[in-house]
Amino acid sequence: MSTHTTGAPGAAPHATRPPVGDFEPGVPSFEASGGDWDEIADSAVAAAALGEERIVVNMGPQHPSTHGVLRLMLEIDGETVTEARCGIGYLHTGIEKNMEFRTWTQGVTFCTRMDYLAPLFQETAYCLAVEKLLGITDDVPERASVIRVLMMELNRIASHLVCLGTGGNEMGATTVMTVAFTAREEILRIFEAVTGLRMNHAYVRPGGVAQDVPPDLAEQVRRADPLIRRYLGQLGDLMLANPIFKGRLVGVGHLSLAGCMALGVTGPVLRSTGHPYDVRKSDPYCGYETYDFDVPTATGADCYDRVVLRLEECYQSLHIVAQCLERLERTAGQPVMVGDRKIAWPAQLAIGGDGQGNSLEHIKEIMGSSMEALIHHFKLVTEGFRVPVGQAWQTVEHPRGELGVHLVSDGGTRPYRAHFRDPSFNNLQAVAAMCEGGQVADVVVAVASLDPVLGGVDR
Amino acid sequence: MGIEEAPSGFLLTTIEDLAGYLRKASLWPVTFGLACCAIEMMAAGASRFDLSRFGMEVFRASPRQADLMIVAGRVSQKMAPVVRQVYDQMSEPKWVLSMGVCASSGGMFNNYAIVQGVDHVVPVDIYLPGCPPRPEMLINAILALHDQIQHEPLGVNRKEAARAAEAAALEATPTFQMKGLLQ
Amino acid sequence: MTDEKSGTGTPVPQPEEVNGPRSADLVSGSQAPRTLEVVEVREGMFGVQGSGDTSGYGGLVQPVAMPGASPRPYGGWFDEVVDVLAEVLAAAGVRFDAAVERVVVDPPGAHAELTLHVHRDHLLDVCRALRDDQDLRFELSLGVSGVHFPHDVGRELHAVYHLTSVTHGRRLRLEVSVPDADPHVPSTTSVYPTNDWHERETWDFFGIVFDGHPSLARIEMPDDWPGHPQRKDYPLGGIPVEYKGATVPPPDTRRSYS
Repeated sequence: MSTHTTGAPGAAPHATRPPVGDFEPGVPSFEASGGDWDEIADSAVAAAALGEERIVVNMGPQHPSTHGVLRLMLEIDGETVTEARCGIGYLHTGIEKNMEFRTWTQGVTFCTRMDYLAPLFQETAYCLAVEKLLGITDDVPERASVIRVLMMELNRIASHLVCLGTGGNEMGATTVMTVAFTAREEILRIFEAVTGLRMNHAYVRPGGVAQDVPPDLAEQVRRADPLIRRYLGQLGDLMLANPIFKGRLVGVGHLSLAGCMALGVTGPVLRSTGHPYDVRKSDPYCGYETYDFDVPTATGADCYDRVVLRLEECYQSLHIVAQCLERLERTAGQPVMVGDRKIAWPAQLAIGGDGQGNSLEHIKEIMGSSMEALIHHFKLVTEGFRVPVGQAWQTVEHPRGELGVHLVSDGGTRPYRAHFRDPSFNNLQAVAAMCEGGQVADVVVAVASLDPVLGGVDR
Repeated sequence: MGIEEAPSGFLLTTIEDLAGYLRKASLWPVTFGLACCAIEMMAAGASRFDLSRFGMEVFRASPRQADLMIVAGRVSQKMAPVVRQVYDQMSEPKWVLSMGVCASSGGMFNNYAIVQGVDHVVPVDIYLPGCPPRPEMLINAILALHDQIQHEPLGVNRKEAARAAEAAALEATPTFQMKGLLQ
Repeated sequence: MTDEKSGTGTPVPQPEEVNGPRSADLVSGSQAPRTLEVVEVREGMFGVQGSGDTSGYGGLVQPVAMPGASPRPYGGWFDEVVDVLAEVLAAAGVRFDAAVERVVVDPPGAHAELTLHVHRDHLLDVCRALRDDQDLRFELSLGVSGVHFPHDVGRELHAVYHLTSVTHGRRLRLEVSVPDADPHVPSTTSVYPTNDWHERETWDFFGIVFDGHPSLARIEMPDDWPGHPQRKDYPLGGIPVEYKGATVPPPDTRRSYS
């Protein structure tokens, strides 16, 4: 009944037995789903006794190559993976439930920590959804939108750099990791100058952004741009023509367009099949329809194409960043928060005597001159603004795919329900489709090309 | 361990100094990055904040080969047994650095899903606050750990120190009953 | 349009201190351009009940009302989609009113979204129609999630689906309401395989059972976890935070504004 592979080198991976209906009598079937690890282990032992050499290998939550706390349960026949399943939830933080007990503005600090490599995307998507519910989408000042686009695109580059860097590291190329992280440091320097933090910024707030960019930001970004380009060039040189790299990535982790659409996979994985679906083009937000950029696609639908695609997206993002800088100059002096004082986050932060806190001018204003400003500040920080009832759905083009935010408001100061459709959560479903039939080593490469960030997967 | 069975006194203190120096000089961490702090830990290992100058750039994947577990990130209820298992698999001497507020105390996530401090699961030697702590803060914590390791008593002295620490902890006022200035 | 409530005899919501250009929409008075469906009535303020509080806030009665059915014309491409869907369903032998309980267009204004409240018995028909018909072509499903309205008896658990039409550049929301006593929804994995993990997550967090799902098991919580965490009757589960000289209770046990 079973046909063993001879394991000849260069033999294409193929099924180890002829197709058999799953429910025909006498056919042992092994289905891995949640909560039945013991049963699987017992079945595997029984199968081994039948002479079929299937091993269940657990690439457990603690693993250097699984991009975070992901558990991969692989059933292996020799070196070929016959079944691959993911176990997730090892980083589940209950962020969505926690947001139901915080005000709308405080929700930003929570949602930012979901996918921690692209925090500004979560923040922006959430704030856009809140603004939709408030009805102030058109009142958000242009400068705020430009700053949001600038930060998001820089974050996209940083996120892709981590993906490429850790991907290279998982394949043994540590230099790729150090180069990628050094390039990322340039971007983190800029983030720190603008938001005060390197990661998890809580910078984008409903109505705009928390504070304006520093006056020398354009200079900083223009100084960093050629450095980042140089590092991206180095990454390209290290990876794209490297025969070992190509040998490991070309033809691996193939997922066709039909597979992607059925599994709801978006982002670079979908674009590597040739379909140019990008939320920035199909349903623009923050003024993306006014920017000039291309959406890179590839046709191979394998891991190598996704790497090429991510590098190309970094260059496109740098192009958008240059356009943002021009617009920042043009909109200098504009506010970065919506005009309605009952929603706009009041504080202007500055570095004070104790290294933090509100700027002295702001304190002088609320304590000295304007009673309304004091009341607004107090009410906004303690109670928060109220958002009219309804639901809103907002998607953004996250580096990993399409991030969706579903907000339900009951008219109060807190979200009634905040749900984040994280792209990594969805894309991880494709692991089975990508890895089954391939080699164990290809599992690592395929998962790396999906680029899951387990904080977003588990929320 | 034979090196520690010297009786107390001058010989033991010399061995303590030597062992402390050797142990701290190349402390190998196990890859235990969980969430955002893991990225900062990787950035600390990258070239700008080089951990290699402390001999720590080799993050061993196998806990058998590692000395230090940097719990970097929020520990969920599902992950807690895994943390404990990896800690148990590490061989003595071993230290734990809980990086970030989520690992130290549950952080901003005071809810059903997160263990409120990894010290519920493993004994922690150094707590590092921050969300996430900058790589420089991580290096500061590592240097503090190095200090701690350098001055760690061995053998008989260690048992005495542990007894003293336990007695002190049992007598101390709980935090929420303390009075006086915040410092 | 009208200011009638859904006839449950609950008081009309009072205008309250609200913010933003849509503040009039919170009020179901004569100015409201749309209907509202009451899902809950909250009494008191600051989360405190019956404490002898003489501030007057204890007597506050606030109905919470979600947007109700919208009148035609819906605006934009919404009418076309609803009409085509009605046609396709009729061709498949399904009455539109039986399948789609309510059509809601909300928020009012330029960024409105179309929500179809679908009855669970016809969910698969509606999904197939939306996916397959040339003029609808909502090929991409962006997942399912749950919302729990514990006081809306008979319709406590909502499963919300978001669909995108890449071909036509449109977005749509489907909402299925099921009672707590019988939380079964047919699984859409046969139509949209991507909903697999999303349904598992919704089962995990809300207890909505998706009939026909290939392997409905917990996905985020540990396999033996009791309860469904994101329901409103499940506590947040924090511990009091210890500071020097005091403890602060976790957020769900503190006083709150709303």
